[in-house]
Amino acid sequence: MPIRSLPIAGIAILTAIALAGCVPNRVAATSQLTVTMTDDGCAVSGSTAPSGNVAFTLTNTGTDVNEFEILADDKLRIVGEKENVTPGQTVSLVARLQPGTYYTGCRFQQVGATIGQAEFTVTGTTIALDQSTEQLARTAVTDYVSYLRSQVQQLIPAVAGLTTAYEAGDDQAARSLFAGARVFYERIEPTAEQFGDLDPKIDYREVDAVAEDLGWTGFHRIEKDLWPPAAGALNSDGTSATLNWAPSTPAERKTLGDGLVADVQQLSDLVDKKDFTVTLADISNGAIGLLDEVAKSKITGEEDWWSHTDLSDFQANAQGAEVAFGDVMPIAASQGAAGTKLVASIQKEFAALNALLMKYGSIQAGFAPYDQVTDAQRRDLSNQVNALAEPLSQLTHAVLGVPAS
Amino acid sequence: MSDPEHDRSLSRRSLLGLAGAGAAGLALGGGAGVAATTAALAGSTPDPGTRYAFYGAHQAGIVTPAQDRLHFAAFDMSVAATRTELISLLADWTAAAARMTQGLEVGDGSVDGDLLAPPDDTGEARGLPPSGLTITFGFGPTLFTDASGADRFGLASRTPPLLAPLPRFAGDALVPASSGGDLCIQACSDDPQVAVHAIRNLSRIAFGRAALRWSQLGFGRTSSTSTSQATARNLFGFKDGTANIKVEQGSAVDADVWVPASDGPAWLAGGSYLVARKIRMVIENWDRTRLGEQQRVIGRDKGEGAPLSGGTEFTEPDFQAKAADGTAKIDEAAHVRLAHPDFNKGVRLLRRGYNFADGNDQLGRLDAGLFFISFQRSPEQFIAIQRSLARDAMNEYISHVGSAIFAVPPGARAGQTIGESLFA
Repeated sequence: MPIRSLPIAGIAILTAIALAGCVPNRVAATSQLTVTMTDDGCAVSGSTAPSGNVAFTLTNTGTDVNEFEILADDKLRIVGEKENVTPGQTVSLVARLQPGTYYTGCRFQQVGATIGQAEFTVTGTTIALDQSTEQLARTAVTDYVSYLRSQVQQLIPAVAGLTTAYEAGDDQAARSLFAGARVFYERIEPTAEQFGDLDPKIDYREVDAVAEDLGWTGFHRIEKDLWPPAAGALNSDGTSATLNWAPSTPAERKTLGDGLVADVQQLSDLVDKKDFTVTLADISNGAIGLLDEVAKSKITGEEDWWSHTDLSDFQANAQGAEVAFGDVMPIAASQGAAGTKLVASIQKEFAALNALLMKYGSIQAGFAPYDQVTDAQRRDLSNQVNALAEPLSQLTHAVLGVPAS
Repeated sequence: MSDPEHDRSLSRRSLLGLAGAGAAGLALGGGAGVAATTAALAGSTPDPGTRYAFYGAHQAGIVTPAQDRLHFAAFDMSVAATRTELISLLADWTAAAARMTQGLEVGDGSVDGDLLAPPDDTGEARGLPPSGLTITFGFGPTLFTDASGADRFGLASRTPPLLAPLPRFAGDALVPASSGGDLCIQACSDDPQVAVHAIRNLSRIAFGRAALRWSQLGFGRTSSTSTSQATARNLFGFKDGTANIKVEQGSAVDADVWVPASDGPAWLAGGSYLVARKIRMVIENWDRTRLGEQQRVIGRDKGEGAPLSGGTEFTEPDFQAKAADGTAKIDEAAHVRLAHPDFNKGVRLLRRGYNFADGNDQLGRLDAGLFFISFQRSPEQFIAIQRSLARDAMNEYISHVGSAIFAVPPGARAGQTIGESLFA
């Protein structure tokens, strides 16, 4: 990016790099910890370790299959994972961790949120990256696939909760669950879009479904039932909100709710397949694609036209982009001065975007309804998306545009 | 393009440009007059190969013969932007502008880069000649001290004393969203695609440091093939900027356009002040106004452009002339009278405005008018004339919907950055 010259002031590039998975055997673990996995807990024998290779010995003392995860400080990006630990089994995991804050946790039955999440601090100094670009690439792919699976694992119970309330006619409960359920999907949307007709079934807006003559299903059909249009309201394309639309009957709600459950289950089955993988380009282009999603439909308020929960989707897209960036960042950062400069620029703009979004709420506490965000505020958000997207658009080149070492 | 012959010819034309600008019709279409004068001089349509030097004592795009087309953009600095980022932005803008004005693409161009990265240049000007492109930069009052009084970039102490938001004028109907701005870029070219390409790429370069606040497209002559002698018409259908060719001394530009070192601040010496006013015309009302009334409002005849006091287009108006009934031949409220230097203590502006038509408004009326731009040694020159126009008969048919003022730094030498003296 020769035409930009953003100043970089003392931003440590490598603070959050963590490597796991393909750790060379020749490197001895410097720390030994044990993890006791139970149905309702995840006890790690210590909460701190020096930087370097950290060995975890996992024992599942519970009643069903479990998995152990080490998350980065965003509690999203996975930097180490062991799946399919069966009751009574003891296995080991070696993670190569840089100084920083991490979170450990278990995912009982490999679905839903992590249990027993605990802060884990890695101290000491940054360790040198002596891995080849190929090794860094393998790690990035491993970590990103783990992250995709972790999001789908949480999507399934979230969608189940939403559709249960929706089908039961408990609209108040369903409305409170709507934005939260979408978060897990919005974080990984570019991956879902790879699977043909799955994304249209799960996430199409009415105007797109009508234009393509598809039966309209998924989140947004449910949304319109939960936030029914007022008399005279218009769709985002200016047509009458009641054109070929009526509130779903209880029977239709059941069909729609069960359909969404089945569709996200199919997504889960696809990403859980043993041979499922992604490429480095998928990851970095996915980061760019998520920002484009924000710039195209979230910033205009067209995505969640009836619920006005666009900012929640916005934040989820941005988080998904940041995780994808985080996974390939060590590769970009290893490409000399230009790489470190690009990484610093992207990190700076992600921080600015997150700070801006924080003014409007959070995924946990909820966001301001987007119809209450003024045009001037939307412009500020749009400008910051552009500020981030411009350096982010160089990421694929930085990751792949160099000869492998 | 720094050969002295070319520079001389530029300055020769610029004198005539100033002369055209000094004509009647302050608020309406100085730029058109300049363009027409130039066309008359050249005796042909603009040469698409025309290329103006970017570097020089003054920025190009001021006394440069007015091109056919305009894309003007105002930017605001990002909330978190630092002084260092402002300086780097101006450096990046300078580098890109220096290339684009010479007909070159930005950075590594639009097609020769790595397939995995977006191209540096957006590409729509690829293969097009320079088309007389000039790119001119300016600094708004809010760059020095923002609306809340904050000195974001450590520049408050360097604010030109005369650089302040314009006072309110009679008939103002300003829209804040199309007024003001921390920075401005005026891109002029004989090809609209070349002008838009310039603003688009400079906007992209700014992402993260500055963002578009508003922008305006303009067109000047109704056709780039107009005959050499025809003075252009504004959207009222009148010849505008008809020669007031008394100003032929080279000293006029120095006296009325450039800020001399003696005026201060030192960093602005060789620069100028730019005033931009978006003037909406109530076209529909004007069009059903009887011809006699239209001519009374302007003070000129619609066909020839001759002053109503008699003569031809280039005859100097006689403001004392009386009709048989004893009334002034050129109405007391005629635009040509109130805008004339004789009624403004000899004050002149170098006008470089363009017509605009931005589709239509909600009521189905054409959203059209004049995007007025003037360059002057002091904003007081504009303020004096605009105050004089408070009782202009034309006001019934116009409203000012946008307003901005910028200090235009001097030109840069090769290797320097535009505005470098401000940060020295």
